[in-house]
Amino acid sequence: MGALSIRNVRKSYHGNEILKGIDLEIDKGEFLILVGPSGCGKSTLLSMIAGLDSVTSGEIRIGDRVVNDLSPKDRDIAMVFQSYALYPNMTVRENISFGLQIRKVPAAEQARIVERVANTLQIGHLLDRKPSQLSGGQRQRVAMGRAISREPSLFLFDEPLSNLDAKLRVEMRTEIKLLHQRMGTSIVYVTHDQIEAMTLGDKIAVMKAGEVQQFGTPQEIYDNPANLFVAGFMGSPSMNFIPAKVEAVGSGYGVKLESGQRTHVFPVPGGDGKLKAWEGREVLFGIRPEQITHKSESRLGLPQFQTAEMPIRLTEPTGPDTMVLVPINGKDVVCRVHPAHAGQPGESMELMFDLSKSVFFDPASEQRIA
Amino acid sequence: MADMSVAHTAGASKLGRFIIYGLLALVCLYYLMPLFVMLSTSLKSLDEIRAGNLLSLPGEFRTDAWVKAWDSACTGVQCEGLKGFFWNSVSFVVPAVVISTMIGAFNGYALTMYRFRGSDLVFGMLMIGCFIPFQVVLLPMAQTLGALGIANSTLGLVFVHVVYGAAFTTLFFRNYYVTIPDELVKAAKIDGAGFLRIFFSIILPLSVPIIVVSVIWQFTQVWNDFLFGVVFSSGDRQPITVALNNLVNTSTGVKEYNVDMAAAIIAALPTLLVYIVAGKYFVRGLTAGAVKG
Repeated sequence: MGALSIRNVRKSYHGNEILKGIDLEIDKGEFLILVGPSGCGKSTLLSMIAGLDSVTSGEIRIGDRVVNDLSPKDRDIAMVFQSYALYPNMTVRENISFGLQIRKVPAAEQARIVERVANTLQIGHLLDRKPSQLSGGQRQRVAMGRAISREPSLFLFDEPLSNLDAKLRVEMRTEIKLLHQRMGTSIVYVTHDQIEAMTLGDKIAVMKAGEVQQFGTPQEIYDNPANLFVAGFMGSPSMNFIPAKVEAVGSGYGVKLESGQRTHVFPVPGGDGKLKAWEGREVLFGIRPEQITHKSESRLGLPQFQTAEMPIRLTEPTGPDTMVLVPINGKDVVCRVHPAHAGQPGESMELMFDLSKSVFFDPASEQRIA
Repeated sequence: MADMSVAHTAGASKLGRFIIYGLLALVCLYYLMPLFVMLSTSLKSLDEIRAGNLLSLPGEFRTDAWVKAWDSACTGVQCEGLKGFFWNSVSFVVPAVVISTMIGAFNGYALTMYRFRGSDLVFGMLMIGCFIPFQVVLLPMAQTLGALGIANSTLGLVFVHVVYGAAFTTLFFRNYYVTIPDELVKAAKIDGAGFLRIFFSIILPLSVPIIVVSVIWQFTQVWNDFLFGVVFSSGDRQPITVALNNLVNTSTGVKEYNVDMAAAIIAALPTLLVYIVAGKYFVRGLTAGAVKG
């Protein structure tokens, strides 16, 4: 049984279509991420799942009920907001029990639930404080406490970590994931941060301009992006897109790359079928920074690896890796090499390209070719 | 060079401070002077007023002018002082302030947190209400009061002030509520709270600063109103402002400045008191903690 299914959901405001037919489905206990740039409609979709916004057409089901016309309180959901939205006039205890009180849960039961929630989130010592006396991380916990106190069948998170500083954000991210593992409740989580999306999600829906660009597991989306937008949005530093001509190499096809006076033609493993139609034309050759590294002897000779010597324009050490910028076909291409092997700007170095995961896009339609 | 410029700006700012405080003191003196004159005059005897300087302190503090103003000064034909009219004013000002503030809070809440089709238009029309001069509504209001059967009554006066004040109080509350994050209302909706529950449990407790503002404004307006009072009430139901006017204009031979001054201070005292008492609760930032702090 699906925990949440969204079927051909549309939303328009004053004739403007904000959501253009969304289809998503998750199973019980799955963690769904809605990710995309601002204005892509992800928060609107979440609002519609919550019942805070109406659906123009289509159907939203939570569990086995169509909830389109149910009010938020009847949808068996709980939500954590970006601003936490704690009631400033109430103590933490009152914040957590407010929803229970409205649902006429007996007082003794309320106390027991507050106790349990406080233990789960380690906020027992904060119960008698007002939200204004809490730090950002503590407010975040209380907001989650308020959500889990009702044991809903679906949690909704609206960019819950974006108000926290970088370090706390990573900590809370881990905590949310642990909480999800422990409780096993389905979650829909909105974020614009692709790292949050990758680390937390069981399923990711990448959205842009009111449409789902791709829906799949994090690894599927990372390794097999459906189009140029998804490929560029997921991953940091983002994938390199190199305009390159397709040429016949032996029995297959390859891409022609020019860098510092030298020209290389890299055969693409398994690319013969789909690239054939593009022979002699330009495509966008997509390759992630970690697929271009320093030369490693052990991999030499394997068909998917190609080496080439290229001039270095700039280096950016990050600690574990050094990002090396090299010009290929007029574009700056980021390569991720081991710091010990990185050359200096002005020099050139031998780089090894792993073409097994390279992708190709139609420059006009931006759709995936191969 | 750098030292010189620092010294220079420090000197300039000291001089600036001096000018600012000097001006403030002057303005303060200017505004306090009439109050001082009123107070000292009300405590003098009539002989001393006639003989002495307007600005001099009373030679002997006498409270009989105050007693007379409160108890036995003539306001037209009857001579019972202001006391009855004082309680008249209290009896319609308190309900008028309370009701108009409540209506303002409720309107503001509905206009900001539950946007409906045309809510901006409704708000715009309410705003026009702030710009309508008192005189314009006198005749239609008289007809309305007559039709409702509450002409010449305390209830009628309450009604007039509530209707007239609602535009202002709505403006106050609406502008305050737009600063409250609407995620608060969304969170409460998901918690299962309805329209009224959200208002009373969450919004109203956050409204203390603006309630204070609204009460101060409304109290001052309604208490100090003369025109509605003189038009829509009569005889012994008139408010204190009208009685004060009558008291000052009723002359039985000698003009008793000390009684007039005492009466004027008595009439102004409640508004002063409201400022002093309520001003203390005028604390900002009660919503701190609702959002990122």
